[in-house]
Amino acid sequence: LCRCRALLSRPAGAPRARRGLAAGPEMHFGFQTVTEEERREKIYQVFENVAKKYDVMNDSMTLGIHRVWKDILVHKMNPCPGTLLLDVAGGTGDIAFRFINYVRSVRKRQLQRKLKHHQNLSWQEIFESYQKDEFNSLGDSQVVVCDINREMLKVGKQKAQHLGYSEGLSWVLGNAEELPFDDDKFDVYTIAFGIRNVTRIDLALQEAYRVLKPGGRFLCLEFSHVSNPLLSRLYDLYSFQVIPVLGEVIAGDWRSYQYLVESIRQFPPQEELKAMIEDAGFFKVDYENLNFGIVAIHSGFKL
Amino acid sequence: EEEMEEEMEGWHQLYPGHIPTSPLQKALLAVGSAVMALYDPYRHDMVAVLGETTGCLALPNLRDKMKNHPEGYRILRERPCIRLSTLDMARLQGLPDGSLGREYVRFLEDNKVSPDTRMPPKFVDDEELAYVIQRYREVHDLMHTLLGMPTNMLGEVVVKWFEAIQTGLPMCVLGAAFGPVRLSTRKLQVLATELVPWAIRSGLNASCVLNVYYEQRWEQPVKSLREELGIFPPP
Repeated sequence: LCRCRALLSRPAGAPRARRGLAAGPEMHFGFQTVTEEERREKIYQVFENVAKKYDVMNDSMTLGIHRVWKDILVHKMNPCPGTLLLDVAGGTGDIAFRFINYVRSVRKRQLQRKLKHHQNLSWQEIFESYQKDEFNSLGDSQVVVCDINREMLKVGKQKAQHLGYSEGLSWVLGNAEELPFDDDKFDVYTIAFGIRNVTRIDLALQEAYRVLKPGGRFLCLEFSHVSNPLLSRLYDLYSFQVIPVLGEVIAGDWRSYQYLVESIRQFPPQEELKAMIEDAGFFKVDYENLNFGIVAIHSGFKL
Repeated sequence: EEEMEEEMEGWHQLYPGHIPTSPLQKALLAVGSAVMALYDPYRHDMVAVLGETTGCLALPNLRDKMKNHPEGYRILRERPCIRLSTLDMARLQGLPDGSLGREYVRFLEDNKVSPDTRMPPKFVDDEELAYVIQRYREVHDLMHTLLGMPTNMLGEVVVKWFEAIQTGLPMCVLGAAFGPVRLSTRKLQVLATELVPWAIRSGLNASCVLNVYYEQRWEQPVKSLREELGIFPPP
């Protein structure tokens, strides 16, 4: 029972000072202390194990609310056709598909508006102009999904095929700490529920800065800290008592989901992450709490 | 603070593979695994988890039964394991037909199963009880052999009835009660009229099957072992 109470209370975060910064070989993996290399390997294994059940587990753990969070992220991004997006740790493609849907519908509205202005053209001319734009339903928008884990990418590609996404979508195996892209390439960089698993967050932020075009936007969607004390206790109770059980029952994998809830507790809170993003050179850095801080969207610009 | 962190790591591992759980977690696991096991009968791991989370009364009982029996006591002390690595398959195959070893190997081959696919215990919070439940799982295949039941749904249900009487494990009781749900009416009839009454009578009459040091009895004929234990001949 004592252990149970200990499980219910949160750590104040002694290792936080070492988190994600270039501070010696000792790192955290959930609540364990490991070396950097061990951490990378362990996290790789976690996602290798959970890849197939990733989406099912997300739905069960968040009762489907993660879909809303991702929708909000893309709406905040408000991409216009022609945008080049890099979605890092994009694994199973959730952000990429939403991006494609969004630019498609924006594009459709653009075309409809164009047509309305062509009221005095002949049917032939309208038909031709429509045909020309039909083949450009995305308006030259593109999204590159980059993930370090082969299994997650595999699941993402299968999903894309299953759902019928092919145009404007590419899949790249890569490490957020060392991206396989040139400087100044992308309009928007997103990382949704991925930065928590990066071993050197400072490097990932530097890379994000590097590959964005001047004027480009950095968007990060991640679990964060709940300041409301009552809510925080309920959240802890749910996280530590229910989520690993869900992991065992649905995915047959207690340990990976135990890691997940522990890694959320170890991640920097809103203000600290904001400071880290500013350190990487971004301007106008801000964050928006969703659901009282269970999740936060951080945004910054390369100017 | 450091101490709290260590507590929270929860790695008071009593044995390799042990995952300490709070009472609430055990309750949630029990319900969740029961639902999942019914929903997807191929999730054998869920049946295992159900057994571990609900066995808190039955397992100590079983352990005591073993402690109070000379052969059972030896098993608890020596902790034998039935694994492909510890079995001499060639020797067992060479034994005469009708012997425990020969029939066991035949059962493994016919049903294409292996003793190595048993789940190791995770949620039992006592190292000795963890061994008891592991032994029960390893002995399960030998139950099939002794009862002459195949590993199809029907055979498994019959063995579960026998085990429910013998061990009192709630998981066996639930399996015995809900297993038949997925059987055809014809099979249900056979089950109800012949197999289950026989399984119950044998289960009640037989001495505790966990008190048999099977690894030292490979040469013994199955019939003789049945008689010794008190299992009636299968219909």
